[in-house]
Amino acid sequence: MNEQVIKMLLEGIKDTLYMTFGSVIIGYAVGLPLGILLYVSSEKGLRPNKVIYHVFDFVCNIIRSIPFLILLILLIPFTRLIVGQSYGSTATIVPLVICAAPYIARVVESSLNEVDAGVIEAAKSMGASNFQIITKVLLVEARTSLLTGFTITTGLLLGYSAMSGTVGGGGLGDIAVRYGYYRWQTDIMFVTVILLIIIFQIIQNVGTKISLKADHRKR
Amino acid sequence: MSVIEIKNLTKKFEVEGHTVTALSGINLSVEKGDIFGIIGMSGAGKSTLVRSINYLEKPTEGHVLIDGVNLEELSEKELRKKRSQIGMIFQNFNLLEQKNVIDNVCFPLEISGVKKKEARQKAKDLLKLVGLEEKEKAYPSQLSGGQKQRVAIARALSTNPQILLCDEATSALDPQTTASILGLLKKINADLGITIVIITHQMSVVTEVCNKVAIIDSGRLVEVGDVEKIFENPESDAAKELISGKEIRYTPVQILNDVKRIRIVFQENSAYEPVIANTILKLQAPVNILRADTRNVNGKAIGEMILGLPEGEELQNSIIEHLQNSGLFVAEVGENE
Repeated sequence: MNEQVIKMLLEGIKDTLYMTFGSVIIGYAVGLPLGILLYVSSEKGLRPNKVIYHVFDFVCNIIRSIPFLILLILLIPFTRLIVGQSYGSTATIVPLVICAAPYIARVVESSLNEVDAGVIEAAKSMGASNFQIITKVLLVEARTSLLTGFTITTGLLLGYSAMSGTVGGGGLGDIAVRYGYYRWQTDIMFVTVILLIIIFQIIQNVGTKISLKADHRKR
Repeated sequence: MSVIEIKNLTKKFEVEGHTVTALSGINLSVEKGDIFGIIGMSGAGKSTLVRSINYLEKPTEGHVLIDGVNLEELSEKELRKKRSQIGMIFQNFNLLEQKNVIDNVCFPLEISGVKKKEARQKAKDLLKLVGLEEKEKAYPSQLSGGQKQRVAIARALSTNPQILLCDEATSALDPQTTASILGLLKKINADLGITIVIITHQMSVVTEVCNKVAIIDSGRLVEVGDVEKIFENPESDAAKELISGKEIRYTPVQILNDVKRIRIVFQENSAYEPVIANTILKLQAPVNILRADTRNVNGKAIGEMILGLPEGEELQNSIIEHLQNSGLFVAEVGENE
């Protein structure tokens, strides 16, 4: 393997991490409030609201039911509008975020649903406002589950970012498609796959460790 | 003025298109310094009642007045402020599992916007009061049930409430731990002058600590008054069942068919005299002891006995009279009651 290839792979790793974490962070910026909104407006939530719940519930389901690869193509005009181009790693972040946000919202909603209703009632009995219940009870008590969800989402987006390589998305997936598929250079494809596995393992292990460390429920 | 006044409270729930009446027409006053027991079987509506006191459940009809203030008239913000002045503890403790003991105790203060340093000091004092000053860095999962409830009590007291609501606070605890928690509640009531409302299904909890009791049966208030009076002379079926237990109702009828049964209650002074033996000796009539029990009611030993009297109305009457003259409280027990 020559120096050029190594340089390209390093560049690929950088792009992959950029796309993955870029989309996960922006995805959470959108998905976390959305998940909280779903939780709060649900039937058993802090302020039930059927209309709000069903609208966002529906939107989440629609987006989640579109396969990512198709979403990627569908969103090309939108991506071009926002980023100015439809290829490259920055452009890929747009469909990744749109794919991830509803997924994150669901993960967050289900994490919040796990919080014991008794604890919320206790907080209410102390005179906590709904905002305080969200920030000081729900997000704190659901911390472990939220971190686990974050790890899973990051892993998922790593995979999706690689998928975007098929339409010129950049990163390791792009390299794998260009060299492995179009040029029959199986060795390069092999290396990129191994690199993706390693990155995935690191994300998963670090995530699990952090969420375990943050959990005080166990002795 | 009563600390808590419940006026004509009715609560209905909509369950799958049906209306279920959980509470109907409840009237209650709790005076300052009371340890007020609210007792009933499961499903009687007592948990709904206690949640109405701090408006976690808003009544369908009727009012709740705390220190004369009608909760109905308060804005959302004022209501939250009012709630922060009413402590509450629960059957399942409801501690924040991800916060350690001291942060749990500080939590209500954090919500009220008290400075952290001040809150810490207050929490430390309270942990000392409940006997857990060494556990401040522990997490709830590292504590026993009794310790968790102590933390919950410290937490409930952090905002200096004048009222403490206890929702089945000892139901998940073993008898020994229950006794120690009840002792703590008694101490809080005596030392801090906090009015306590205790919801329970255990009569022993009421007799152990309460001075007043209200009995709830199927959403209705069936009896209310001093614990001693109700223990001596329960009038409602629910009260009788809670005091004497269910088994008395199932005494085989055949065996006792012709025998008149009476329930006698001993006060402290009469408990020292051999009243039954004296009666038997004096009237030369055998009485059958069907059940006997001694309980601690508000620190006083009170004995309860069910006697089967021999046949003959005249004899029965003279036995009853003799027992009454000896200072006992006597009531007839009906068939199959």
